[in-house]
Amino acid sequence: MTTSGSEVGPAIDARDLTRRFGSFVAVDHITFEVQGGEVFGFLGANGAGKTTAMKMLVGLLAPSEGVAHVAGFDVRSQREQIRRNIGYMSQRFSLYADLSVRENVRLYGGIYGLTSQQIAERTKSMLDRLGLSANADDLVGKLPLGWKQKLAFSVALLHEPKIVFLDEPTGGVDPITRRQFWELIYGAAAGGTTVFVTTHYMDEAEYCDRISIMVDGRIAALGTPGELKEQFKVDSVDEVFVRLARGATKGEAA
Amino acid sequence: MSNAVEVRAVSKSFEKVKALDDISFDVADGELFGLVGPDGAGKTTLFRILTTLFTPDSGTASVCGLDVVKDLWAIRSRVGYMPGGFALYPDLSVAENLEFFAAVFGTTVEQGYELIAPIYKQIEPFRDRRADALSGGMKQKLALSCALVHRPDILFLDEPTTGVDAVSRREFWDQLGNLKASGLTIVVSTPYMDEALRCDRVALIHGGRILEIDPPRTVGSRYPLPLLSVQGSDRFGLLGTLREFPQMHSVYLFGDELHYTDKRKDASATEIARELEAFLAERGQPDATAAPITAGIEDSFMELMGTAPAPIAA
Repeated sequence: MTTSGSEVGPAIDARDLTRRFGSFVAVDHITFEVQGGEVFGFLGANGAGKTTAMKMLVGLLAPSEGVAHVAGFDVRSQREQIRRNIGYMSQRFSLYADLSVRENVRLYGGIYGLTSQQIAERTKSMLDRLGLSANADDLVGKLPLGWKQKLAFSVALLHEPKIVFLDEPTGGVDPITRRQFWELIYGAAAGGTTVFVTTHYMDEAEYCDRISIMVDGRIAALGTPGELKEQFKVDSVDEVFVRLARGATKGEAA
Repeated sequence: MSNAVEVRAVSKSFEKVKALDDISFDVADGELFGLVGPDGAGKTTLFRILTTLFTPDSGTASVCGLDVVKDLWAIRSRVGYMPGGFALYPDLSVAENLEFFAAVFGTTVEQGYELIAPIYKQIEPFRDRRADALSGGMKQKLALSCALVHRPDILFLDEPTTGVDAVSRREFWDQLGNLKASGLTIVVSTPYMDEALRCDRVALIHGGRILEIDPPRTVGSRYPLPLLSVQGSDRFGLLGTLREFPQMHSVYLFGDELHYTDKRKDASATEIARELEAFLAERGQPDATAAPITAGIEDSFMELMGTAPAPIAA
């Protein structure tokens, strides 16, 4: 939507990104890159600093130290451009429960500055893809959780952002719907969208191209799921995670 | 052995939604019983009936031998209930929350201390902190302490680990194991299939109905069709290709592999593996391998969900 340097650089580029709250260092000099079209899993225990790091990347919280570029834009000075180039879906982010499916799409389309024609076209293709055409006029609050989550994901992609941030998108969802959700993620990535996702389901970590595991504000491990399993000589990402997170000292005490 | 919980043909509707549809089951004294199912399955409605907060439209239920409708006041002091979400007082401190729950039940923190100590000691250093300033894992420990402080005979836990990380989940289940060892009956709901393995028995619940009740390790043994694990470098591509195989019943992503179910009930799984490998090689996936496996609880749950009548829209 906006010209940027993202055609040449990585989708996300963080260098020594740090955030302090008083004397507490929530995010401690994290450095990593995410390439365009990659599905990147951002894992960590509760309190490890994931949410703080994510808030800095989407321009909601200023870093105390370090730099980060998202879609080629500086998270400190170019927040407005970042917001236009990213989609964001949190577990708590809900569509408006008392608006219909169609009304929610129109509202968010308007917020993202799409034309009426764009909104009409994208609403139709989205509802077809999700199999929700028959429910277009149902109130979102009446839909099962799994449908809401799939709809929220599609709405986060409505303005065709370069990068989408997903914060625990599958929490509490049934095992079939979780898998359908991951097929939507793969579909978006195949279309070139970069996906940055957090989850507590360790089987889902295996679906990512690469994952990082945060412990006490730092990135304790980074690589493909296969590389990490080899490095730690274990059979699953779950075991890698448990081994790293058990060594945490801050987290819960914070 | 007597039953801590007996549920007979319980149904409950809200407007047009049938939240519970003719549910029956027993929980034995001292059992760790799991209710496994997704959001909207009816788990919370069932908990509210068993803790006397809702009455069933039809059917009967008893807890500790007491009827959930007639004997509600007697039941309330016998059960500990940890509802889903965060249900403590956010602007009271850790210690104040605990004292409040003790006082409501006409007891004191001191009298309940021995039971809660293994859990409460971990948050006691923060006893003066406001509850809303606690991290997720600490809130969960406080909520469990508050549900236990009046020394109930039975504990109802509604999705205690949703949104909790993998390590804290394990620690929480270690605590439940200790509580069970002390003689407490525990009924716990979870959307996590791995947690189900730590229960004595699990009920798979979906769309307001119980699909199956079994010890978790035997749930998979009833899997009705041949199941195979398929591995290869391009999992997403494999998923699409396997769906085109004429005998495919279902295929799901499963961590770093795919689980494929074949329609042919009595076919040899080894033979199917050979057919799949040949099919995938022909379609440009020569590195893919297939091997027969035994179904686990998540396989069974998805199979039962897939064949169960569609849930009434919630």
